[in-house]
Amino acid sequence: MPVSLRELSKRTQGLTPGHRACAGCGFPSIIRLVLGATTDPKVVANATGCMEVVTTIFPYTAWPVNWIHSLFENAAATIAGVESAYRALKRKGKIKTDKEIKFIAFGGDGGTYDIGLQSLSGALERGHNFLYVLYDNQAYMNTGIQRSSATPFGAHTTTSPAGKVIPGKLQKRKEITDIVAAHGIPYAAQASISHWLDLQKKAEKALTTEGPTFLNVLSPCTPGWVIPDDMTVEVAKMAVETRAWPLYEVENGYYRVTYKPKEYVPIEEWFKMQGRFKHLLKRPDLIAEAQRQVNETWERLLWLETRPRKEEEK
Amino acid sequence: MTTEIRKKVLALTGNEAYAYAMKQINPDVVAAYPITPATEIVQIFSKYVADGEVDTEFVPVESEHSAMSACVGASAAGARVMTATASQGLALMHEVLYVASALRLPIVLAEVNRALSAPINIHCDHSDTMGSRDAGWIQIYSENADEAYQSLFIALKIAERANIPAMVTMDGFIVSHGMEPVEILPDEKVRQFLGERKPLYTILDVEHPITIGPLDLTDYFFEHKRGQIEAIKEAKKVIPEVHREYNEFFGKNMPDFFEPYRMEDAEIAVISLGSASGTVREAVDVLREKGEKVGALRMRIFRPFPYEKLREYTGNLKVLSVMDRADSLATIGGPVFNEVRSWLYDLERRPFVMNFVYGLGGRDFFVEDALYIFEKLIKAAKGERPSELIEYVGVRE
Ligand SMILES: Cc1ncc(C[n+]2csc(CCOP(=O)(O)OP(=O)(O)O)c2C)c(N)n1
Ligand SMILES: [Mg+2]
Repeated sequence: MPVSLRELSKRTQGLTPGHRACAGCGFPSIIRLVLGATTDPKVVANATGCMEVVTTIFPYTAWPVNWIHSLFENAAATIAGVESAYRALKRKGKIKTDKEIKFIAFGGDGGTYDIGLQSLSGALERGHNFLYVLYDNQAYMNTGIQRSSATPFGAHTTTSPAGKVIPGKLQKRKEITDIVAAHGIPYAAQASISHWLDLQKKAEKALTTEGPTFLNVLSPCTPGWVIPDDMTVEVAKMAVETRAWPLYEVENGYYRVTYKPKEYVPIEEWFKMQGRFKHLLKRPDLIAEAQRQVNETWERLLWLETRPRKEEEK
Repeated sequence: MTTEIRKKVLALTGNEAYAYAMKQINPDVVAAYPITPATEIVQIFSKYVADGEVDTEFVPVESEHSAMSACVGASAAGARVMTATASQGLALMHEVLYVASALRLPIVLAEVNRALSAPINIHCDHSDTMGSRDAGWIQIYSENADEAYQSLFIALKIAERANIPAMVTMDGFIVSHGMEPVEILPDEKVRQFLGERKPLYTILDVEHPITIGPLDLTDYFFEHKRGQIEAIKEAKKVIPEVHREYNEFFGKNMPDFFEPYRMEDAEIAVISLGSASGTVREAVDVLREKGEKVGALRMRIFRPFPYEKLREYTGNLKVLSVMDRADSLATIGGPVFNEVRSWLYDLERRPFVMNFVYGLGGRDFFVEDALYIFEKLIKAAKGERPSELIEYVGVRE
């Protein structure tokens, strides 16, 4: 059962104030919404990246739950180890188990789409009981805004700069949620901080599902996307309205789009809000290409959604 | 009638001996990945799991990087954790080895020495473990299967007392695939000796949340590293202490840092690690017959580096040679040579030290090779010093 915002705000088991994330950073809300989706005890593994860096500058920590950081590309393997230890120790009667512990890994797009993809894939395939939360800010922000395979087509980053000849990133972003779903795990979903109730429902579903589950949450980055501090939620919302960031879930292999905009806002509207796409505004050809990509992904999703359910699964 | 328990001796390969020790340890978690010549360890252990002979949670990871990462997570959760690997596998773990040691997690790794690529090769040399010598792990080099078997118990006890991870090594194929008698210790006594792991903190203690592995900047990092360095110094006390306890408990005579052979009045000696040491001792016997004052010193523990112990053996030496089964690729010979030589530098009386690099990529090392080395040393002791300090033996130049 999703809880109200008022109720949610009372659940303190999330992230404490005083962390050093930028004003307007998207991921503190993700942490609070995901951890607030359950009252069970939690153990978190965090990949190297902005989230880890801004929440745990020694001797301070913003994590009121058990938390471990090991390296950049191994958050999934690390939480797999923790979860395996939990099962072993429980079986051997070495820990008291009045409450189920929830195991959650947080990783950025770099730590997930790119360098940590193998470790995530391995952990999913082995079927550990954990939730992997990808906070997707669409570039390597911690090291100064370099491109990742999550960076959208046309975006300016420091390693896909908009230059005199090359207009930002030439490749489209890859569909990590599909790739994860292709592992045949019970639950994978894409969400956005702008649609907090949708996100909360998905987090709750993921946390109450046995086996590996996955959330890919859009997390705007004010310096990386070149947006004002107070526009984070608006920009995330526009990503959903333009269908640059579709909200959907894949439950036991069945796709469902959880939000369908009433009218399709042109991708240009999302671009206009962000400095990283400024150079594109003079390039209608590139905007058309970006729109084509968006349409194609969306149509594919709608088609996937039509897969008829088996009688017994209705 | 005697009440003495008959000793149980099995003919085992090195890998089988490792796996058998792991069965007796019955770790909470084993996360491992196959690689020649260590593959059998994982295979045999998975069979133990499948047959219910252990109640370990076996994590068949997709890489060694994930193997060590899962070990880190599991050990931080308070579990007793082991893994096994060789060569490229250890190299792939490299980054994570440092995390394990700095987080003070007593993970134990059963290692099988194999040359690092390129060229690709599957046979023994020590370049793999020498490559991780500064990762903050205890390193125990064993000479044969029986010693490797026992060393896993010793390593685990040291690791859990000192809160420092430990790797035990054996020479690839030479020991890992060679069948030898291994005296199996009684299960019950192994269990008694090892007891339970008692972690100081665990991330499964949800009543007392902790943050492990935070960002540590210029204002604290150095102090934390300094603490780790002190802990490794402390381990130098824990190591002989655990060996004493082990030897008493099992009625054994396992040497700790060094195993000296005919060193009492020796004026010439050879330091070696691993399986070549028996060959060196053979040569010592031959030369002792001829009245040469030669001896052999097998270094069993290379990390932490036992320079204090080393100096106890070098007082009478005129010439000392270090045999390295790895090269630094820096024109200065092998790593053991460099450290040994450096730590004798400030002594009043110090031997002339030479380096012989041998056996790379599994090249055989014969008694003749050892005799050749001693011949050079005997000459050097008589004042005929070679023009080069470093020599490569058993190679077509
Ligand atoms: C093996 C390794 N390579 C590179 C780095 C440097 N590095 C640290 S964080 C990071 C980017 C993180 O990007 P992402 O996962 O998207 O997280 P974000 O910082 O954007 O939140 C990089 C490249 C590293 N720590 N480890
Ligand atoms: Mg990122």
